[in-house]
Amino acid sequence: MSAPLVAARQLRFDWGRTPCLDLPAFELAAGEQVFLHGPSGSGKSTLLNLLAGVLVPQQGTLRVLDADLSRLPGAARDRFRADHVGLIFQQFNLIPYLSVLDNVMLPCRFSARRHARAGAPREAAGRLLGQLDLDCALWARPARALSVGQQQRVAAARALIGQPELVIADEPTSALDAARQQVFLDLLGRECAASGAALLFVSHDARLAARFDRTLALDAINRVGAPCTEPSA
Amino acid sequence: MSPLLRLAAASAWNRRASLSLAVAAMALAVMLLLGVERLRDQAKNGFEQAVSGADLLVGARGSPLQLLLYSVFRLGDANQDMRWASVEQVAAHPAVDWVIPLSLGDSHRGFPVLATTQAYFAHFRTGAERPLALREGRRFDGVFETVLGAEVAEALGYRPGDRIALAHGSGASGLAEHTDKPFTVVGILARTGTPVDRTVHISLAAMEAIHLDWQGGAPIPGVAIPAEFVQKFDLSPKTVSAAIVGLKSRAAVFNVQRWVNQNRDEALMAVLPGVALAQLWAMLAQVERVLFAVSALVVAVGLAGLVAVVLASLDQRRRELAVLRAVGARPRDVLALLMLEGGGLVLAGALAGLALLNAAILLLGPWAEAHYGFALNVALPGPRERYLLGGAIMAGFGASLLPAWRAYRVSLADGLTPRL
Repeated sequence: MSAPLVAARQLRFDWGRTPCLDLPAFELAAGEQVFLHGPSGSGKSTLLNLLAGVLVPQQGTLRVLDADLSRLPGAARDRFRADHVGLIFQQFNLIPYLSVLDNVMLPCRFSARRHARAGAPREAAGRLLGQLDLDCALWARPARALSVGQQQRVAAARALIGQPELVIADEPTSALDAARQQVFLDLLGRECAASGAALLFVSHDARLAARFDRTLALDAINRVGAPCTEPSA
Repeated sequence: MSPLLRLAAASAWNRRASLSLAVAAMALAVMLLLGVERLRDQAKNGFEQAVSGADLLVGARGSPLQLLLYSVFRLGDANQDMRWASVEQVAAHPAVDWVIPLSLGDSHRGFPVLATTQAYFAHFRTGAERPLALREGRRFDGVFETVLGAEVAEALGYRPGDRIALAHGSGASGLAEHTDKPFTVVGILARTGTPVDRTVHISLAAMEAIHLDWQGGAPIPGVAIPAEFVQKFDLSPKTVSAAIVGLKSRAAVFNVQRWVNQNRDEALMAVLPGVALAQLWAMLAQVERVLFAVSALVVAVGLAGLVAVVLASLDQRRRELAVLRAVGARPRDVLALLMLEGGGLVLAGALAGLALLNAAILLLGPWAEAHYGFALNVALPGPRERYLLGGAIMAGFGASLLPAWRAYRVSLADGLTPRL
């Protein structure tokens, strides 16, 4: 078996003096689709911020691809995120005044690698939008003109453009109704598989877990038992 | 850099309503700053043009500045006249080429009346040493004839052949008029852009004639000398307000000045126009400084408004910034984005201010020339203006560091999850 895409050892993160995350081991193989669930306060968004290189663990190692995110300086972590990670949030994924196409192409503007891998970003964006069932009549519209379901699919296209190795989705379906949730999940799973990206899908809704390779309960692997709340700034 | 620039432009366009107001405030402030400078510059220029060609101003001893103001700019009155005999004495000095006697004090519908001689038409110079030219008609010859400055004729709609009455004293209304001795307009001067345009010119003899039956500033009761009989009286002038003197050689200017100042028959004073002007500028320097301080403050207020608008928008843009961070923007990209926005707004405001200033000058220039006697021209900014404009822009760049820095801090603290 090849080296895992993500490998965390003795990972520890505290908000000030409040312990939040203490993971003895956490791994994600390349191309693997993992469902991560846990109640709110179990450290889900902290883990996502760590994996995306926005937060730095206080202890332990966090290796993603060849990079040790616990040691990279801030600008290098930003570069790493731009090059290798696609992110989808619960909502407000898009820049409201940019067109759908421009939103999808944003990662190519900040990452030369993803620009190169996408080939012609405009065509790549169009292809992804088409595969995600977004009518080309919408492509030139500003993002705010779209429905929430459409916006989430645009966000998925943006996360996938330029074939990042890791796609992290943080409750991307919670703003959708049940029927659309399933459609979105299918599309996302299919496209991640098609581009070879690993998918870490975070949700508190365990019913969605069925179609994933593996399911993880964060509160089971996190040794910090108390709820983790980020202090307000 | 270019993707950031496009993003900054799109984001600003998205908030164009509030931003354009802030830019407009900045533009008005810059317009004021540059306008004060332009006004100062061109007023100075205009004043200097009004006395070109004169070597000395001679009048009764007093304030040199006052002499300059009433003899050249028709501002204020002479509080003491000089005797005609003194004028003849100055004219007879071997170094003196020509003398233009000036007699002031009357007016016509707010425009000053100047009594002088033919030497005025021959020797008075304005602008780049340009002699006076008649646009219409001829010089005055008879006693009750007048030559009008361009602005007088234009403002009052006079043509050669019209008859006008002069008023005693200067002012707009309520003055005793010399209605019994009307004047005929015989000529109109070409525009000069100097106080000449606002002057009603008559002969010294005419000045004597209209005051024959006057004493101490009022008609003598019971005495009325009809216009047709004035020729029977001696109309040679007894006094004048001042005289403009031209020398054969400018090198003699200090000699002649000393000679006039030491005259034993009458307490006289000779003034170099340039020196008196310098005195005027020194006096106005304080006012200039205050004006500059006020307009600099207004620019500061404009900039504060601009920064406030950008700062206020930051809270609404936290999600936007978080999205940018998620797709790979570094905090310093966010900093650059906000600096581009601030800098662009400042630049737009400054250039709009410059354009606005020139538009205002185009619109109001003729009016300013008519009322204040100096030309305002549409022009590229001069060196000092460029320096002020650059200063305002630099201050703007400096000020836009504040929202940029705040956005930088916010995006560092927020990461991918904006705390709203």
